[in-house]
Amino acid sequence: MAALVEISGLKKYFNTSGGLLHAVDDINMKFEEGTTMGVVGESGCGKSTLGRTIIHLQEPTGGRMFYKGKDITKVNSLQLAELRKEMQIIFQDPFSSLNPRFTVEDTLKEVLLRSGDVTRKTLSGEIERLMDLVGISQRLRMAYPHEMDGGRRQRVAIGRALAINPKFIVCDEPVSALDVSIQAQVLNLLKDLQSEYKLTYMFVTHDLSVVRFISDHISVMYLGQLVETSGSKELFAKPIHPYTKALLSAIPVANVHKERKRIILKGELSNPVNPKPGCRFAPRCPYAQEECGRPQELKEIMPGHFVSCCRAAELNGDF
Amino acid sequence: MHDKTMTGAIAGGKTRKQSQFIEVMRRLMRNKLAVIGMVIFIIYILIAVFAPLLTPYNYAEFNLVEKNQLPSMAHLCGTDQFGRDILTRLFVGTRYSLGLGLGAVALGLVFGVILGCIAGYFGGWVEELIMRLGDLIQSIPAMLLAIIISIVLGSGFIQTIIALGFGRITLNARLLRAQFLSQRRLEYVEAAQATNCPKIKLMFVHILPNTISPLIVSSTMGVGGTIMMAANLSFINLGIRPPSPEWGAMISDANSMVRSAPFQILFPGLFLAIFVLALNLFGDGLRDALDPKLRD
Amino acid sequence: MDENSFLSVKDLVVEYTSNKETIHAVNGVSFELEKGKTLGLVGETGAGKTSIAKSILRILPNPPAKVRNGEIWFEGEDLMQVEESEMRKIRGRKISMIFQDPMTSLNPTMRVANQIADGIRRHDGCSKKEALHKAADMLEVVGIPKSRARDYPHQFSGGMKQRVIIAIALACEPDLILADEPTSALDVTIQAQVLEMMDELKSQRGTSMILITHDLGIVAETCDNVAIIYAGQIVEYGDKYEIFDNPSHPYTIGLFGSLPDMESDEERLHPMSGMMPNPTDLPKGCKFYPRCPHAADACAEAEIPLTHLEGTHTCRCLKAGRLNETEN
Repeated sequence: MAALVEISGLKKYFNTSGGLLHAVDDINMKFEEGTTMGVVGESGCGKSTLGRTIIHLQEPTGGRMFYKGKDITKVNSLQLAELRKEMQIIFQDPFSSLNPRFTVEDTLKEVLLRSGDVTRKTLSGEIERLMDLVGISQRLRMAYPHEMDGGRRQRVAIGRALAINPKFIVCDEPVSALDVSIQAQVLNLLKDLQSEYKLTYMFVTHDLSVVRFISDHISVMYLGQLVETSGSKELFAKPIHPYTKALLSAIPVANVHKERKRIILKGELSNPVNPKPGCRFAPRCPYAQEECGRPQELKEIMPGHFVSCCRAAELNGDF
Repeated sequence: MHDKTMTGAIAGGKTRKQSQFIEVMRRLMRNKLAVIGMVIFIIYILIAVFAPLLTPYNYAEFNLVEKNQLPSMAHLCGTDQFGRDILTRLFVGTRYSLGLGLGAVALGLVFGVILGCIAGYFGGWVEELIMRLGDLIQSIPAMLLAIIISIVLGSGFIQTIIALGFGRITLNARLLRAQFLSQRRLEYVEAAQATNCPKIKLMFVHILPNTISPLIVSSTMGVGGTIMMAANLSFINLGIRPPSPEWGAMISDANSMVRSAPFQILFPGLFLAIFVLALNLFGDGLRDALDPKLRD
Repeated sequence: MDENSFLSVKDLVVEYTSNKETIHAVNGVSFELEKGKTLGLVGETGAGKTSIAKSILRILPNPPAKVRNGEIWFEGEDLMQVEESEMRKIRGRKISMIFQDPMTSLNPTMRVANQIADGIRRHDGCSKKEALHKAADMLEVVGIPKSRARDYPHQFSGGMKQRVIIAIALACEPDLILADEPTSALDVTIQAQVLEMMDELKSQRGTSMILITHDLGIVAETCDNVAIIYAGQIVEYGDKYEIFDNPSHPYTIGLFGSLPDMESDEERLHPMSGMMPNPTDLPKGCKFYPRCPHAADACAEAEIPLTHLEGTHTCRCLKAGRLNETEN
């Protein structure tokens, strides 16, 4: 089966005062219909930029993107309008992602009317349906964003994304700003919606426990590059790339009996500004050696499990 | 704790949206200071309309016999150095000062918003052009700019409004653009883009209402300064010519008399101060009423 | 409650008043802390955790905040009663606070060493040169090379800034540290570094700590005792084994249910329904009653007392210890 969305060699560079920032550097990814691809990484790894580039909120610097096999790397405004009926985004910050002067109704109405499938007559019922769908009580119809808590606001944002019946949704840290109990409600909602509408998610997050819960596949990014990608369970059971290992070991786990060996990395996260060739993680990597200074390739170490590390096979062995 | 307003605001369970205007007015009316400001403002407008009917005197005729009189029953605010009744001149001057002050500010606001929006809308070289022209104009001191335009256009009511308001256009455009830039980065703008919102709608329906507050405040604050600038213009024989009374001109005329007849400067000053204060109260109230976050 | 213990908070009540409303932020919180131990205050946004910490330091913004009631015994003194001048000596030297946001809690126009030295000078009265010297030493302690002492905050990354903030908090070797979500703004690998460093410093110096967090994982790894806060009350208290092995309050159980389990493969999470009650209008009885799956009529009638379970484990629930029997 062809993937719903596929990107190949995607690049997005930004000009900064320090030089060229390689925010997204030569990324390949496939999004199979009805599944969730979790994209994990820390600040500045380019995960949000990647999502925004795929849905054309930013134009790519290089590489190609396909939707249902069609090349969508360069689109004119008409094609873009069509594309946006298929691809949507949910943002991290429910405080700034809703227009502060729009009520729930205003927000949904605006998008519904543009979708083309809704007339003035069916509008009211459609708003009602959407609000029910994402679990917002009808009495909040006239509420402004500041009158709702973060969880409800995020539900409105989800409703807005669903209003035009998209197939593919970029979820950019949609639960990071929410309290745990609310976070769990929203995660359940996203899962339910996915199975009901066969949605395909790109789920961008830095929270590994969340990504494990929601994703079928996971890609780990570090400073603009993909370092490891595989099935979700596989990745958690058998991380291979040294960065993935450190990342997984660093999550605090709510278990008082399990003594875990945390891998404490040296050094700080930097920026991929004018990066040198070779592994970008090498300066912090406990296994770094000379070879790591050469450009790294994503290699299939086990079926469906790709790692970008020249010592992957070796490290896999001793894990 | 940020949700404390929630139950209160929604408990009513409104099902139909009240028209925006009624909603804003209702909120405005609940703000006592804003209402006071509005009432004073309306009184000033009534004074401007009915000025000649309010006092028995002529505002322009010299009456040197009665010059520099102290306030009395006959002349409630006294008379000026040419024996003209100050109250009459203040009343008639309301027409000029209100017209000049509000007109110039409105001119600055309308064109400032248009230019600011165009800069924000088109971006790129258009924005660059507008902003650099703005820089150029703003580098000229406001007074000097008003003088130059006044000289070019000649004196007269409309001409003076343009002279006074021109500087405010670039000021407002700059302010609006800065607001646009900060709003443009917020995710609701991106979300609207992602849902195919046409750019023009994005600008005027989404962004503009969220950027207008600082302009309202700066504009209401600007009226007082503009009236004083008008005075300076007439002082150097530009703008509105004597004997047309205009508060600023009355203040600068009375300058020389400040030791012997301080009331001559006191009353016009007071008249101006009250007006500016009222306008600021009203402006603040309007800004709050337009902000749904401060609802109830 | 023992007035001789290291820190003992008794029946603390904090309210915020605005226009006509009163926000009941903290509603009768009592707890004790032994020297050298770490207490985790766990709860969601608006539960009142930060207000508790700020009342201990007496830095609540007043108005609108007001401590209505309560005693805070610290090393034999009731901090609520001491003079402000006395309090100023305690702040920083004996108790210091680490704030959540490393981006805004440093002065952007001051070199980091000066910011650290400031506190040292205020308390030790030593010369500027001496204080700067000590400040540079502090930077080493938190893992920042001395050579960066003359840098400004913007030259540091988020994790480094948080280290500087910790250095400021530790500079006067306080006995008690109030850490308000110290790592929430940091990336996981950086968080791991900072937590490890704090752990080390704590055990070296025997510092006591109150750690405010919403992350049960961090609690499991760093705290000795845990207080679960809901709507300004401690709903469950115990040592971490008691809480993690045997969560007894329905809210605590709900918190654990909301966490995606890293070990098993659940299809759905088990969050609580609803949300925190409006703090201006709290339910009369149990504050959690409107969301509680086990609620009975009696829960809504009167304040629920803390029930002692075993050891140090207490729980503010009428059905404490009996939830499993009735439900299963």
